[in-house]
Amino acid sequence: MLTLVALASLLVLATVPEPSQAIVIYTGWERHALVGTEVRLSCSFFSWRWTSEDVTFSWTYRPDGARDSISIFHYTGGMAYVDNKGPFRDRLEFVGDPGRRDGSILLKNLEFSDNGTFTCDAKNPPDIVGRPSSVRLLVFEKVPIQAGVITGSIIGAVLGLLLLIVVIYYLMRFLVARRVFSLNVSKHGKKKKEGSQQRQGPAPAVDTAKPKTSEKKKQESRKDRK
Amino acid sequence: MLLLLLGIVLLHVAALVLLFVSTIVSAWTSSDIGTSDLWTNCSIINGGYRCDGASTGEWIQAVQALMILSIIFSCLALFLFFCQLFTLQKGGRFFITGTFQIIASLFVMSGAIIYTVMSPEWVPDTDEFGYSYILAWVSFPMALISGLIYVILRKRE
Repeated sequence: MLTLVALASLLVLATVPEPSQAIVIYTGWERHALVGTEVRLSCSFFSWRWTSEDVTFSWTYRPDGARDSISIFHYTGGMAYVDNKGPFRDRLEFVGDPGRRDGSILLKNLEFSDNGTFTCDAKNPPDIVGRPSSVRLLVFEKVPIQAGVITGSIIGAVLGLLLLIVVIYYLMRFLVARRVFSLNVSKHGKKKKEGSQQRQGPAPAVDTAKPKTSEKKKQESRKDRK
Repeated sequence: MLLLLLGIVLLHVAALVLLFVSTIVSAWTSSDIGTSDLWTNCSIINGGYRCDGASTGEWIQAVQALMILSIIFSCLALFLFFCQLFTLQKGGRFFITGTFQIIASLFVMSGAIIYTVMSPEWVPDTDEFGYSYILAWVSFPMALISGLIYVILRKRE
């Protein structure tokens, strides 16, 4: 039994990977932007090593429908080299901070021909094994509404209204019931006082008649309440 | 008496089922290569189905919301009917149930009307209306009649 547990734990330990030497690169999945505006394509990486001085970032661009990608940005040896011959000349700016593992670029004055896939590849020597990450850029004339925003808001508004009406209805019922109850109590108190005053009436002749009527009234009120 | 009750519940449930099918199945428009709306556009390409999300315009989202709201209100009406069946005094009317069912039918009607008027903006003229659209229009009078019956009906022992 004990040997079985020992063997199982050994197996588990053997399958747990040691801190892998691969570098993991993060970019967005998709970026939407309006034509004529600018967009920031972010790229950062995770590496088990400290950020070395020879860290490099490079961005490549593949237009929609094309097969080849061209290189548009490279950062190495502390220097950033931007595109000065390709489709992004004078429109590309490096806004990242390599010391903080950020290799983001800024694209200005977007055109419809900028639709495509941008790939970021970062290397942190000696951590160089990693998969580049891609972000798709979509340039719109008018930014479309995300699917489900209007749907959700209409449903939420109507259900909220329904809930509000129900709450107000029950609140009104509660308030009205309380007011009616307090009114009933005050009426009952008044009737009692009147009855006792009539009994202590001045003339005895009137006395014989009045208590009967007051008692009748009391009995009637008791029957009503029942 | 029991027969009447059963008939009314069946009508309500039938309307509810039609609403469910109309909302869930994405076949408001159909063409020879596929169906589209309310949620996905599926087309047959090279022998296989290929589905994308439906266009994300404002009007299609409004139709989605109205159909879902009609289902919610119809379900609430069914639930309230059973509640009222056991708690209503003799001779009382199923007002709340009827109101909810009529509101549900109004939502279906407005959803179908909005789709009819606005769909030419994103649907080509060669496409026809699919069966989900027809079911939506069929469920509208069913729900309306069911709601009116609830309002008129009086509870007997």
